Amino acid sequence: MLKPQDLLCPRPAGLYCPPGDFYIDPVRPVDRAVITHGHADHARAGHGVVTATPETLAIMGERYGQDFTGRRQAVAYGESVTRDGVEVSLVPAGHVLGSAQAVVRWKGLTMVVSGDYKRRRDPTCAPFEPVPCDVFITEATFGLPVFRHPPDGEEIAKLLKSVAQFPERSHIVGAYALGKAQRVIKLLREAGWDRTIYVHGALERLNRLYEAHGVDLGPLAPATVARNKDAFAGEIIVAPPSALLDRWSRRFPEPVAAFASGWMRVRARARQKGVELPLILSDHADWDELTMTLDELAPGEVWITHGREEALLRWCELRGLPAKALALVGYEDEEEEDWSAETA
Amino acid sequence: MRAFAHLLDRLSLTASRNAKLTLIRDHLATTPDPDRGWALAALTGDLSFNAAKPAFIRKAVEARMDAVLFRWSYDYVGDLAETVALVWPARPGANREPELSEVVDALQSASRAEVQRLIETWLDALDPDGRWALLKLMTGGLRVGVSSRLAKQACADLGGVPIGEIEEVWHAVEPPYGDLFAWLEGKSERPSPDAPGRFRPVMLAQAIDEAVDFAKLDPADYAAEWKWDGIRIQAVSERGERRLYTRTGDDISATFPDVLEAMTFEGALDGELIVIRANEKGDRALASFGDLQQRLNRKTVDAKMLSTYPAGIRAYDLLLDGEADLRGLPFAERRKRLEAFVAAAASPRIDLSPLQPFETWEGLAALRAEPPEGDAQLAEGLMLKRWDSVYEPGRPKGPWFKWKRDPHLIDAVLMYAQRGHGKRSSFYSDYTFGVWREDANGDRSLTPVGKAYFGFTDEELKQLDKFVRDNTLERFGPVRSVRANLDFGLVLEVAFEGLQRSTRHKSGVAMRFPRISRIRWDKPSREADELATLERMLGS
Repeated sequence: MLKPQDLLCPRPAGLYCPPGDFYIDPVRPVDRAVITHGHADHARAGHGVVTATPETLAIMGERYGQDFTGRRQAVAYGESVTRDGVEVSLVPAGHVLGSAQAVVRWKGLTMVVSGDYKRRRDPTCAPFEPVPCDVFITEATFGLPVFRHPPDGEEIAKLLKSVAQFPERSHIVGAYALGKAQRVIKLLREAGWDRTIYVHGALERLNRLYEAHGVDLGPLAPATVARNKDAFAGEIIVAPPSALLDRWSRRFPEPVAAFASGWMRVRARARQKGVELPLILSDHADWDELTMTLDELAPGEVWITHGREEALLRWCELRGLPAKALALVGYEDEEEEDWSAETA
Repeated sequence: MRAFAHLLDRLSLTASRNAKLTLIRDHLATTPDPDRGWALAALTGDLSFNAAKPAFIRKAVEARMDAVLFRWSYDYVGDLAETVALVWPARPGANREPELSEVVDALQSASRAEVQRLIETWLDALDPDGRWALLKLMTGGLRVGVSSRLAKQACADLGGVPIGEIEEVWHAVEPPYGDLFAWLEGKSERPSPDAPGRFRPVMLAQAIDEAVDFAKLDPADYAAEWKWDGIRIQAVSERGERRLYTRTGDDISATFPDVLEAMTFEGALDGELIVIRANEKGDRALASFGDLQQRLNRKTVDAKMLSTYPAGIRAYDLLLDGEADLRGLPFAERRKRLEAFVAAAASPRIDLSPLQPFETWEGLAALRAEPPEGDAQLAEGLMLKRWDSVYEPGRPKGPWFKWKRDPHLIDAVLMYAQRGHGKRSSFYSDYTFGVWREDANGDRSLTPVGKAYFGFTDEELKQLDKFVRDNTLERFGPVRSVRANLDFGLVLEVAFEGLQRSTRHKSGVAMRFPRISRIRWDKPSREADELATLERMLGS
């Protein structure tokens, strides 16, 4: 009898597939890696062969330099590759541009590695596609019932209302450089904000890459010191979270510190980080999306890779859904990026 | 309810006073009656309900979700109202969201059992922010960092009137304040402030500038008295209404039934609220501010509190004598009436702040430097009042001065720094400092004695921030520990007003009103003060 762990099993370097001899999102260099998406903890440099979507390969090339891997194997959404009888296809995960679930099939067994995902609409990437499977391997970053992300539109409206209320101040939105920043900008455009948005230097290359992939971000300009300080009054600036409380922010007039993250749901978190305007915008599934996905897929078994797995395990137990935690290490949450890091 | 919830949400994370004023003013300007009135009442503390106990809310939520998942959620969030607001299972198709006024109306007329059912219905209909606001309101106490004074200032901003005018009518208007808003928006006359027991806006003193002012002032024009270290109050007893107000017009009558009972007079006194009781010699004597603090900010007060910390009024002005408004009379005249008034009241809880005769400013300076035995030693300094001054609300320049005692100074060593808020969020602007303590082996180590976050210029803030960043030892969230030992460290000259014993602080002392008076870049850290120096100050 074929067991799921014959097809995929946790190893120190990450989730490993013995019959296909490859890892999924390994945390250290390996010969063959399937990469679900471009965030640094999932996509590392130095593998022999990287199999990923063309967008993810482009993101890795932008972040690590074009020699980030020995060989690239591009697999577009819906396409598949087969090696030693193991078929791997990549299906949209709705997390960031190019993010994919890895669907692994072997001898009639289907296992889906979700990578990071969300279920709500995101104008900067393809939406999550549910794939029926025997085992669903899920993330659980926001696996606690307190995490319920409100509709994006409400959060963007909060930001625009504040800009109207405080025309003499600038608004700096802390947003992770890959995915969140572009989504915030795009959502602002959809809400009718057509003024120039000023961006921190650390975002520029990824913004260009998104635009090259057809995501129109509208007029952007560098948030440089060369401008008169007061010229930033009433403007929106997007920067990596670490820049928010850094000396960098002093070039702006009385900045309102906004932070776009699912963690902003909890007030103490916002307070502790000195955030004045929390924007609850996450690229991860919230509690309702996680549980809805498990209900919808109704897999034979659930494995949980990383995050707050104990509460999701408890939920599965109450539903009578067999589940286990893989306790994979090495995956941080990009929304929890170290704030004390002082980037220039 | 949604707009109110968003307002509370923003206020709870906003540090800047001006930003808070903008948020409240905008809410009052854009929210219809009566919802804005109830919002204002909630902010000024004139509206709170004890409709739901935490135990009830907990039971209600556990009936709807797994208790284990709830417990883990509560452990993570740490605040019951916020946890319940977040985890409450959404009920699709629930009723529409209630407006704040519907909630208030229902609570005012419903029985206790009905209230509990209503709360659950509302929780079903609201989003997480709305649930949070509702639960804050239900359990009493919004705690969003807004004083009633600030909320009144926002009203004043809305109508473009001085805050004194709001304070004066405040006790003649009632939530949801339809008449107040109509006046502020120019649609009707100002509500009459004539209600008995109303608050009269107070007259405040300027700080004297010794170098400039004394040369221009004639000692013969001024009366002097001690500046008492209590809280400024106004005691009004008028046509059967007895009220005790803070200087901003907050009604604190309920906290001081003992004082209220003593107010058998007909009139309005201006004075200092103090704790006063027999000393070891059996004389009635002023107790420290720390004793008064035991009585402040309490909703209820028990018999033990009343007997341990008996409160009273030290009177220094009279605004209303019977039905006569004295505010237009000169101070000399009011003072005579005050002396007779206090004598007639003949209450052990109401005494007179005595005048201190003096001939020259030098003579007065000597008195201030060496206060005589007794209550004067607890005074914060002196007050100077022009004999001919009328009682003018606000802080006019010239008629009244305060002349505080020089602060205490110590040299301490910077130990920790914390990020500031708002404008200062990119700066390490809150400084914990310590002094040397010697252990049994004669080893010296620093022990924290206080925290200060003002007293320095913007330029000095930049220098301090740089010092903190360049000399960080460890980081704990928003806090950094700074290199500080016998051979290295930054010495700060700290000024403070007084010292109290404290069981909360490791050093055993707590400072009043500490601030950085100078940065001693020149001073070696080992030469900073010893804890023993502070302990001696406590003894004196």
